[in-house]
Amino acid sequence: MTVSADLHLELGSLKLDVELSIEPGEVVALLGPNGAGKTTLLRSLAGLQGTDTGRVVIDGDVVDDPEAGIFIPPERRPVAVVFQDYLLFPHLTVLENVAFGLRARGVGREPARATARLWLDRVGVGELAASKPAAISGGQAQRTALARALATDPRLLLLDEPLSALDAGTRISVRRDLRRHLDHFTGATVLVTHDALDALALADRVIILEAGTVTQAGTIAEVTTRPRTDYVADLIGVNLLRGEATDTSVDLVDHRAHVIIADVRRGPVLLLIHPHSVSLHRQPPEGSARNQWLGEITGFDLLGDRVRVRLDGDVPLVAEVTPAAVVAMGLAEGEAVWATVKATDITVYPA
Amino acid sequence: MSPPRNPPLRTRPPVLVVGVAVVAVAFFALPLIGLMQRASWATLGHDLTTPEARAALRLSLVCSVSATALSVVFGLPLAWVLARVRFPGRPFVRALVLLPLVLPPVVGGVALLAAFSRRGIVGEHLYDWFGIQLTFTTAGAILAETFVALPFFVITVEAALRLMDRRYEDAAATLGAGRWTVFRRVTLPMIGPAVVAGAVLAWARALGEFGATITFAGNIIGKTQTLPLAVYQTLDTRPDVAIAMSVVLLTVSLIVIVSLRDRWLARP
Repeated sequence: MTVSADLHLELGSLKLDVELSIEPGEVVALLGPNGAGKTTLLRSLAGLQGTDTGRVVIDGDVVDDPEAGIFIPPERRPVAVVFQDYLLFPHLTVLENVAFGLRARGVGREPARATARLWLDRVGVGELAASKPAAISGGQAQRTALARALATDPRLLLLDEPLSALDAGTRISVRRDLRRHLDHFTGATVLVTHDALDALALADRVIILEAGTVTQAGTIAEVTTRPRTDYVADLIGVNLLRGEATDTSVDLVDHRAHVIIADVRRGPVLLLIHPHSVSLHRQPPEGSARNQWLGEITGFDLLGDRVRVRLDGDVPLVAEVTPAAVVAMGLAEGEAVWATVKATDITVYPA
Repeated sequence: MSPPRNPPLRTRPPVLVVGVAVVAVAFFALPLIGLMQRASWATLGHDLTTPEARAALRLSLVCSVSATALSVVFGLPLAWVLARVRFPGRPFVRALVLLPLVLPPVVGGVALLAAFSRRGIVGEHLYDWFGIQLTFTTAGAILAETFVALPFFVITVEAALRLMDRRYEDAAATLGAGRWTVFRRVTLPMIGPAVVAGAVLAWARALGEFGATITFAGNIIGKTQTLPLAVYQTLDTRPDVAIAMSVVLLTVSLIVIVSLRDRWLARP
């Protein structure tokens, strides 16, 4: 096991309690809303932030264990960080930036520069070696920051929102290249993001951090098919309801309504309803759908060639329809509609 | 941003305010014009090569450069501690460091006497144990100049250290740089312009120092009589020489202002 951490710390209003372990070569995405403690977790893995209790082990070496009086400072941890706004040293050239880590670790000037040049070529910005960071683009800065981090041959690579400062066009190509470099990287990687697409494209596993605690962890497939919190449901764009099942009827916890499901269940359950499984009707519907609720339209979102309709009512839901349907049915904000969901379209799993 | 071509009436400055401002500018400009007008340019070179003037010029250069060097050597760690280390009484220490900025220099000189003269609390031991006497020596003049110059350096560098984005230091640490390497290769280059500006300010202040120097170190030609002291002393006997030396000091001041223009004059 390359990296294992059991971290507990309080910082202002944040209380962080996290346990995680990462295998060599594995990329773990750390997702969560703003203020969940993602960056603080990264900083404590890097040694830029002390912990109150717990233990961090990298490659068999304990780097942080306050109770045992162990704290290895950042410069002596085999950890490298790509910061959100890259933090390339403005007074050094791109080449000197990448050579910095090697120089700081005692490598001579020429060998350090040779290695740095290699890394710059590898990330595709070799021609910028003599430029100052102020003169290069965001995408180029991101690649330089990645080269600077990887040049020190870390065992743990921390990426703090590495793509969030880039515009949409650059983002796609930088993400693709980042994927390629992470594939070749033999150490463990933690990627902080709040973009599900980044996690999907780059990570093997995701950890959802909310208010300082891990609310869900698993492979991308596990998390997207069985979301456990509203944050995750919002992130992947599905409806998530919580309830108590008695046979094929589920009493919802947060709403005064019940939902009919296809199979017999008992006890607390989570209900996953994909927006495209929600049908909308102007009149009280007839048909085989077992669940129908009256709701009021509170808004629309355009998603590709589909429209997502937000409803509030007995059961708040998001429905996905075609733009043509919106026009044909004359859907508008503030109007009442019927929403129906077939029992067989609801995924049920234990809460 | 360029000013609009036709400024609306209301942005036109009031005549009275502009009038008073013009008077204030004249108040600054007239003495300088007077000095230039009184200077006997033809004999300027000759006036500045008189023995007293040469001694004062040489001594001023030695003392002010030494005081600047001391300000950097002691001021850099001091500024770093004030900016980066939280300790009880930090506001008090900062106030103490900045005190010479507002303290009448003569009082500074008297205070230096109380501490470093042969009967001062420190000076007594310096003399008894090491035979070192600071009063009435060039070292004393340097000490007096450092006393008034150091705050200018500290205040400039401390502000830069506070304004600097410390995450660059974090980045350097994660790349394997120890504290000294971080300071030398990241912090110092990033605050470099402020260090230079602080040193120039400290040097200008040291060069012009009068009150603390004459009080603490005395007015001995070739030993403690720096340019300002020489100007003061020769004004009655050799006014031409005094004015020539004043022109030198004025020129230096102008050069300092111009060299720091990016820092001061570029502000909108």
